Amino acid sequence: MKNQNETNSFRGWYTGEHDLILSNLSTQKVTEDHVKPEPSDKDIFDESEKALRGVYDTTSNRRLKSYNLLYQISAVLFCIGLAFALVYTVSYLPSVGDKDTPANSSVVSERYIEKGLEETGATNIVSGMILTYRAFDTFGETNVLFISTICVMILLMLDERILHSRSGKEEEYESKMEFINDPILQTVAKVLCPIIFLFGIYVVLNGQLSPGGGFSGGAILGAGMILYVNAFGIKKTQRFFNESIYKVAKITALTLYGIIGSYFYIMGANGLNNHIPLGTPGSILSGGIILPIDIAVGIEVACTMYAFYALFKRGGL
Amino acid sequence: MDIFMIILLVLLIVCAISVTFSKNLLNSVIIFMSYSLIMSVIWMLLESPDLAITEAAVGAGVTSILFFVTLKKIQGIIKNPENEKKEEEVSDEKSE
Repeated sequence: MKNQNETNSFRGWYTGEHDLILSNLSTQKVTEDHVKPEPSDKDIFDESEKALRGVYDTTSNRRLKSYNLLYQISAVLFCIGLAFALVYTVSYLPSVGDKDTPANSSVVSERYIEKGLEETGATNIVSGMILTYRAFDTFGETNVLFISTICVMILLMLDERILHSRSGKEEEYESKMEFINDPILQTVAKVLCPIIFLFGIYVVLNGQLSPGGGFSGGAILGAGMILYVNAFGIKKTQRFFNESIYKVAKITALTLYGIIGSYFYIMGANGLNNHIPLGTPGSILSGGIILPIDIAVGIEVACTMYAFYALFKRGGL
Repeated sequence: MDIFMIILLVLLIVCAISVTFSKNLLNSVIIFMSYSLIMSVIWMLLESPDLAITEAAVGAGVTSILFFVTLKKIQGIIKNPENEKKEEEVSDEKSE
């Protein structure tokens, strides 16, 4: 008897008639007669307005009035206190270019400056530092970029069916909303896009010689791609950058960085001979692992920038 | 050089305060953009060109574009607040 009851309740739960926890109360399906007519937006708005007016009746409710005053005064006091604390902390910072600051007098920075060129082969000390001595930190930063795009994809990416069903109307929609055939924008983009792409590639490849590197160059490349999409539309961009290329590029870049970085660490930590040549400082093929890592980071950042824009704009790449 | 730096810093503070006090969201995004641009010049003067390039590309470029797209999505771009008010008044009169 009991057993039968249990199976019944399970079946009932499965079909939606019973609730396992509230098994005595059978949840019947709502028939259409019981459905109330949905209140219109205006009714809801009026009701909430009325309720708000009742709660925040600042004219006659004295307690609320005094609370509001107290709230504002304490907010101002808190802001002033916070500003004072921050400014007071700034007074403890060493002045710019001071000889005795920890940044100038510690052993680590001395080593970076004196042996940096010899050990990393990079004439740009900053690149040499962040991509060899601190390559592990930079790997973490690159992973942050990777994970953040995945989060944005989870939140904003539309189903492919929705994208395809909209694609017929898309051109019409785009030409209405986005000025897709704007001659001024297109002419400017025709001139500017190649220059921006070239400059971005130059900054990425020249990371070990001049200011820049993967992060800045990748940001420039991404900005150039955003300009291209805005001027010429998504269809022309998809000829050279679509979702499958995006996935391949992004994962390859991160894996490449991981492999090179771990190789460098295992060899360095065990005092083994490093097989990546440092090259002559000053030439383009120098700096050992800096150049390939710069390229990987550049691809990663450019993909991230473009993907953020595309996902925000239309919910797909 | 010092005077130039002081002018830039004052402009930076003016931008930072006016971002918060601007009623129109589009205006505050544009002011934020100019804040980033001034900041990148300051990085340049502090002899860190790496940061200057990144600040100009990310702060002034990509971040504000993302802000613009978001404003458009939530329909936060109001073309001219005064015109809007007038239109509202007209429609109110009609309904009354």
